[in-house]
Amino acid sequence: MMAFMNNSDSEEEPCNERTSLMSAESPPVPSYQDGLPASEAGQAQAHRKRRAGSSRGPTTNIAGGETSGSGVAVRESILENEEEELTLKYGAKHVIMLFVPVTLCMIVVVATIKSVRFYTEKNGQLIYTPFSEDTPSVGQRLLNSVLNTIVMISVIIVMTVFLVLLYKYRCYKFIHGWLILSSLMLLFLFTYIYLGEVLKTYNVAMDYPTLFIVIWNFGAVGMICIHWKGPLQLQQAYLIMISALMALVFIKYLPEWSAWVILGAISIYDLMAVLCPKGPLRMLVETAQERNEPIFPALIYSSAMMWTVGMAKPDTAARGASQQTWDAAEDGRKQLRSPSHAESQMSETTSPVPTRPVTSLEELEEEERGVKLGLGDFIFYSVLVGKAAATASGDWNTTLACFVAILIGLCLTLLLLAVFKKALPALPISTTFGLIFYFSTDNLVRPFMDTLASHQLYI
Amino acid sequence: PAFGLFIFTIARDPLRIIILIAGAFFWLVSLLLSSLIWFIAVKASDPQDERLQKGLLIFGVMFSVLLQEAFRFLYYKLLRKAIEGLVALSEDGCSPISIQQMAYVAGVGFGLMSGAFSMINLLADALGPGTVGIHGDSQLYFLTSAFMTMVLIFLHTFWGILFFHGCEHRRWWEIAAVVIMHLTVSGLSFCNPLYMGSLVPSYLLMAAAAAWAYLLSGGSAQNLRRFLLCKC
Repeated sequence: MMAFMNNSDSEEEPCNERTSLMSAESPPVPSYQDGLPASEAGQAQAHRKRRAGSSRGPTTNIAGGETSGSGVAVRESILENEEEELTLKYGAKHVIMLFVPVTLCMIVVVATIKSVRFYTEKNGQLIYTPFSEDTPSVGQRLLNSVLNTIVMISVIIVMTVFLVLLYKYRCYKFIHGWLILSSLMLLFLFTYIYLGEVLKTYNVAMDYPTLFIVIWNFGAVGMICIHWKGPLQLQQAYLIMISALMALVFIKYLPEWSAWVILGAISIYDLMAVLCPKGPLRMLVETAQERNEPIFPALIYSSAMMWTVGMAKPDTAARGASQQTWDAAEDGRKQLRSPSHAESQMSETTSPVPTRPVTSLEELEEEERGVKLGLGDFIFYSVLVGKAAATASGDWNTTLACFVAILIGLCLTLLLLAVFKKALPALPISTTFGLIFYFSTDNLVRPFMDTLASHQLYI
Repeated sequence: PAFGLFIFTIARDPLRIIILIAGAFFWLVSLLLSSLIWFIAVKASDPQDERLQKGLLIFGVMFSVLLQEAFRFLYYKLLRKAIEGLVALSEDGCSPISIQQMAYVAGVGFGLMSGAFSMINLLADALGPGTVGIHGDSQLYFLTSAFMTMVLIFLHTFWGILFFHGCEHRRWWEIAAVVIMHLTVSGLSFCNPLYMGSLVPSYLLMAAAAAWAYLLSGGSAQNLRRFLLCKC
């Protein structure tokens, strides 16, 4: 979901771009009972996932002297076959490049859930899920969770449509400001809470000045890395961290049944929003592609980067490097991007100085094809695994099963991406697998394994 | 040790990691189905009857073994198709990964998953306070569980190689041997806590399977000697 934080008291910023497309949800709203201020900016913005909406770019040997628009068309026709081969050949590598961050994010979330008790205590609910689940009867509880889901999904839809409208009418400054506020909040506020809880759990004393310095450094570097430029790995690390923080927030503040229903509903929504011709995310991607613009930063995780070393014009170089994660499509569609194409797009659209990207392309030293995954996908995967770790009584078995299921879903989605070559939603397959495995492992496998283990039998 | 295997041999090549995870997934699905069957059987039967429960458990275990082998076969079929696809896509007309490597990785995948499921709750509990075997059970519970799990992981790896080799060359007796070995090992675990009965034969079987797989993979006594003496 994409949510723009336009007013300070907006509750959520559902990030649009869920899984491939959407960014994460907006931050929890003032329903915190511990009195946290509503953070608008943090959530929604940060989690936009976008997938590079651009079409497949040409390979390295075609770099040079092509404007993004025409270049793409020409190159595409020529390189169709080559690209296909290269894509599939690089396929395994890309899958791993996405496996690693998803795994890391999940590990962080699970580790935190298992050790820090704060995130499993129920301290209130988000304002987006107004119905409580503490009702005596099962039917009532089910009804409440369904209603919660409807509320949440409608908030997400509203935010997404709003974002699309803003994008269509070129209110870029607004969107940028929104994103910046959002990530600001995430980086500072949530990190502060997280750090506080972790220190509490391990009984480590820390004085306020040290805390301030640490958080300030962390947040400032994070802002620079995500929105401007920085080493790729650092940026990836920061994106993983904010995804994990966001997922933890969700795990804490979503009531149980609602969480599962929401996960299911969101994957359906993702599917529709990306694939239906009138879906908001698809419109976003197409608009971005038409204008050959990069997608906003801080909403997509990119697995590779174009290095623009030795650029003739230093400002284009700076811009190029910083915007490498800006993919054309805002919605987190997955697409393989060719670096040169992206570079030309980026430098063309984002550089204030309208320098031709020719020189920059010629001086590209390294190119790597990368796959882009929306941050919202990260978040929801981690929410699924985290919830499994938090609430399943079979503990690690269920968590492990969900983990494997999600990875397999990711694999399949990437395979489909290689076949279809356009933006695809990453949530549905993985979430479906994850949900199936969670419920079946928790209810069926657990008693089996427990009985086996008690007799020490092996299968 | 299994984790070491993973790091040294599999983590380098992304394709192998994918095959590994897919293998783990297949094992998981087989476990799911077998526990479904067991669950239904248990629910349909009388919970008070101890002997019946035990019998059902044994039935469940055997069924699960058979199902695991069936899924191994399905996985083999899938990998065959995948190899054809990879060959078609590669530049020089030969697959980047051989069927034997796939067999090895698939075996490790199965083994890791089964080992993880067997051990991980145990490990988590082991972090907490308590004494082992306080109710008169064996005190070596953790140790034997660890060894048993390790032997099972290795066995799965070797069975993977043997199984795929059997399928490749259409030697049905190899496949049958793998299935019988698996059943035997599971059956032996019924002797627990009489550890002599289960651990030792399992290790012997593992050594046999290891030697067999080694020979099948093209090794020989000569290779072994050269390797051990660090000759080039």
